[in-house]
Amino acid sequence: MRDNPLLGLTVILVPFSLLSIGGGPSIFAPLQREVVDVMQWLTAREFIDLFSIARVAPGPGAMLATLIGWKIAGWAGALVATLALFGPASILTLMVARVYDRYRGRDWHTALEAGLAPVAVGLIFAGAISIIRLSGNSMLTWAAAVGAGAVLTLRPKLHPFVVLFAGAALFVVAEIAGFWPIAAP
Amino acid sequence: MPETPPKVPLRDIFRVFFTIGASSFGGGVTGWMHRIAVGQRGWLTNEKFLAGLALGQVLPGANVTNMAVYIGQQLRGALGAAVALVAVLMGPFFLVIAVATLYDEAIKIPFFHSAMDGIAAAAVGMVLRMGTTGALHGCRKAAPALIALGVFVAIGILQWPLAPVALVAAPLSVALAWPRGSRDA
Repeated sequence: MRDNPLLGLTVILVPFSLLSIGGGPSIFAPLQREVVDVMQWLTAREFIDLFSIARVAPGPGAMLATLIGWKIAGWAGALVATLALFGPASILTLMVARVYDRYRGRDWHTALEAGLAPVAVGLIFAGAISIIRLSGNSMLTWAAAVGAGAVLTLRPKLHPFVVLFAGAALFVVAEIAGFWPIAAP
Repeated sequence: MPETPPKVPLRDIFRVFFTIGASSFGGGVTGWMHRIAVGQRGWLTNEKFLAGLALGQVLPGANVTNMAVYIGQQLRGALGAAVALVAVLMGPFFLVIAVATLYDEAIKIPFFHSAMDGIAAAAVGMVLRMGTTGALHGCRKAAPALIALGVFVAIGILQWPLAPVALVAAPLSVALAWPRGSRDA
């Protein structure tokens, strides 16, 4: 498998795709083990660099798999890794979504929608906290996040880019003024 | 045949999800999806979006790709799901590789990290807005509000693993939401 990286990527990533509950973060640890320790395709340093690149670039953090494929087997590796990681989970979601759709209006369907909504709300706020925690958990981050939420509520037509750009500008100004970055906790 | 709204063109699905994917910096992507798909395009109701979000979080796969599959399926079936999935991943696929190629140069740009932190903070604002909307719609009664709070504390504060929390919270919440006197089990 080590000699044929495309096959190796597929064999490793397809099962991980079906285990990635909650998205990329749940498989990062086993992925590192396979890619760095077992297959020795990447050094630990390379893995960590790719991880932070996937966080900075657009797209889900699981695009880390794309970068791993690219690093070890070029464009073909990137494509195979992306399909292997996102394909199986997406097909499963599609199948569940179709079944889910067919029974609209039944009591259990109504209960499922009404019951899953509060779970989603809890997960949404937990996701917000985890991003804030990753970016230093500072007063400035909190203020910018709450401010952005308020602006988006008051101006429903505003393009999100405007708010994201304002966030970037605010933190650049904060760095010039000496308030940012704070020391890592 | 009951009256159905006009079909959403595949081209529109591609355009919307390509834009969302290519500009999804710093997390908060599902917040942006909610804003465009529910708020601006009116493609699906808030309840349906939240149900899909909860499904997407419970199922394996990245939230962003699962939501693309779910919304695409709602609009145009399996074909719509495939178009939305490819569209949402296409931008990140090339951009993440581009960033990996440019990373060593990019970190030398002044204020690069601060700008990234600011974008992430503003993106959290979108997540907060989505969570607030969801809470106002789906968590007005005591039981769903407690479920949402419990999930938030378990995942966001205590950082328990997602799978066991979801396996307890989701069936409990659905059972509590079951219509009284239902025989349709």
